[in-house]
Amino acid sequence: MKPTKPPPRRFNFRGFKPREIKPQTVEKIVKGFVWSVALMVIAVLISIVVFILYKGLPVINWGFLTEIPRKMGREGGISSAIAGTLLVTAVAVFIAMPFGIGTAFYLAEYTRGNTVTRVIRFSAESLAGIPSIVYGLFGFIFFVMYLNLGWSVLSGGLTLAIMILPTIIRTSEEAIRSVPNTYREVGFSLGGTKWQTIRGAVAPSAVRGIANGVILSVGRSVAETAAVVLTAGSALRMPASLSSPARTMAVHFYILATEGISMENAYGTAAILIILIFFINIVANTLINRFVAKGR
Amino acid sequence: MTTSSDKIAIKDFNFYFNEKQVIHNLNLGIPPNKIFAVIGPANSGITTLLRSLNRLCDLSHEARQEGEILLDGRNIRAPDVSVTELRRRVGIVFDVPTPLPMSIFDNVAYGPRLNRKTRGKNKSALSGIAEEALRQAALWDEVKDRLNAPAMSLSGGQQQRLCLARVLALKPEVILLDRPCSGLDPISTAKIEDSLIELKNRFTIVISPHNIQQAGRVSDRIAFMLMGRLIEEGANADVFSNPKDQRTSDYITGRFG
Repeated sequence: MKPTKPPPRRFNFRGFKPREIKPQTVEKIVKGFVWSVALMVIAVLISIVVFILYKGLPVINWGFLTEIPRKMGREGGISSAIAGTLLVTAVAVFIAMPFGIGTAFYLAEYTRGNTVTRVIRFSAESLAGIPSIVYGLFGFIFFVMYLNLGWSVLSGGLTLAIMILPTIIRTSEEAIRSVPNTYREVGFSLGGTKWQTIRGAVAPSAVRGIANGVILSVGRSVAETAAVVLTAGSALRMPASLSSPARTMAVHFYILATEGISMENAYGTAAILIILIFFINIVANTLINRFVAKGR
Repeated sequence: MTTSSDKIAIKDFNFYFNEKQVIHNLNLGIPPNKIFAVIGPANSGITTLLRSLNRLCDLSHEARQEGEILLDGRNIRAPDVSVTELRRRVGIVFDVPTPLPMSIFDNVAYGPRLNRKTRGKNKSALSGIAEEALRQAALWDEVKDRLNAPAMSLSGGQQQRLCLARVLALKPEVILLDRPCSGLDPISTAKIEDSLIELKNRFTIVISPHNIQQAGRVSDRIAFMLMGRLIEEGANADVFSNPKDQRTSDYITGRFG
C-alpha cells in the first residue's frame, strides 16, 4: 500500500492559523448579550411606568376615584370611566371565555386535523392580526346600527369579545395540547369517559395556561381604545345598565389628551389604568396559585 | 391453545398500525389467578397486546385489528360491551410511573370517583378503599401520614406502587403490567414483585417483565413473542428448563434480545 500524502492544511499560509474562539469566551459573549438586551427591555418598561406614575399620581386622590368627570373631564374624577372599563371588560371576558375555551377543547381533544379545524385555526389566526379599529367599525355597523344596541356597554363588550376570542382560543389550545398524553391514557385506563378524562385528568393541568390567556385578554380589553370608542361611545355619565353608553378609561384619557382638555387628568387616568392592570394580574395569579397549584 | 377455563382467550388476533402488522395471528389463553408473563425483545408487539386487552389501543386512530379477545367468554369488542366498564375490570400499570398531578389520596380515589356506584360514597368509605388498595400495593406504611401530599413528591418506585394501588382501588379482575419495573431500583422492584405474588390469588395478572429474571421469579406461565408472533407458551419451569423452540432457548439464555 502506497503511503498517502497528508492532505494540505488549509489556511496555513506562512504559519497563519485562523483564531479559534474558545467556547468559554463565546459563553461569556452570549451571556453578556442576553443580559444587556433583557436589561434594556426592562429599563424601557420600567421607565414608562415610572414616568406615567410620576406624572399621574399627584392628581389622584379620593375624589378623583369617586367623582364623575365635570367640564368634559377638566375637573372632577373618573369614577364613571372606571365603571365603564370594568363593565365593558367583564362583558367581553364572560362572553368570550366559554366560546373561546370551548373551541379550544374542541380543537385539542375532540377532533383531528380536518377541514373544519383548519378553517377555525385560519380564521382565529387571521382575526388575531386585524387592527382593532376594524373590529370597532364592524361592531359599530353590526351591534350598534344593525342590531340597534346603540352605543352601549353591551355593544362594546360584544365587540371586544370578538376581538379577544382568537387570543383565548390560541393560548387555551396551546395549554391543553401541552398536557402530557399519559394523563389522558391514565384517565381512560381507569374507566373514565372522554369528558371525565378531560375534566379530571387534562383540564387541571391546562388551567394555568388557559388562565394566562384570559388574563392577557383582560389586559387587552382594559387597554383597548379604538374598538370601544366606536361601540360603547364616550358618555361621561355613570353607566346605569348594559344598554347605557359608557366611556372607558382608555377612551377617556385619549380624548383628554388629544383634545387638549387636561393633560394632568389624562396622566392620572393612565396611572389608574396601569395600577388596575397590575391589580388584575396580581389577583388572578393569587387565585390560580391558591386553587390550581394544590397537590403538585 | 385456549380452553374454556381461561380468563382471557385471544383468538386469531391480528393487529395493524396503518399498514404495518404488529401482531400476527395470535392464539393465547390466559388462565385465572395466575401470573402470566409475556416476554420478548422490543418490537415484539407485547405492549400492543396488553393495551388491546383493555382496548386502550382504541385511542390510536391508526390502529386496526382482526380476531377476537374473550374475557370470561365474551368478546370485549361486542357492541353491547361498555368500554369504560371493561377498563374498570381490566386495569393497566404503564412502563413509567404516571401519577396524576394531584394528591396521593386523590390519585387512588380517582378511579372509584368516576364510577357511579362508588361516586356517591362518603369520604370515609373512599378512605377505606384507598387504604386497602395502598396496603395491597405495599405503599400504605410509607404514605399513611401524608395522603394529601402531591403524588409527584414520591420517589419513582413509590409512584409506580401508587399506580398499582390506583388500579387496585377499582377492584379489577385482570391487572396488566407493561414493564412496570423498567425504571426502578432493585428494592422497589422486589416490593412490587412481592405484592404481585400476594395478589395473584384474587386477580389475573398479565405482566411484561422488564427482564427474563423477573419472568422467572414471578410468573406461573410464560409466553415468548418475537416480531409479533407467538413462539412458545407454557409453564414457567417448562419454558426455562426445556424450551421447545431454538429461538426461545436463545432468548432466555441471553444470546439475543
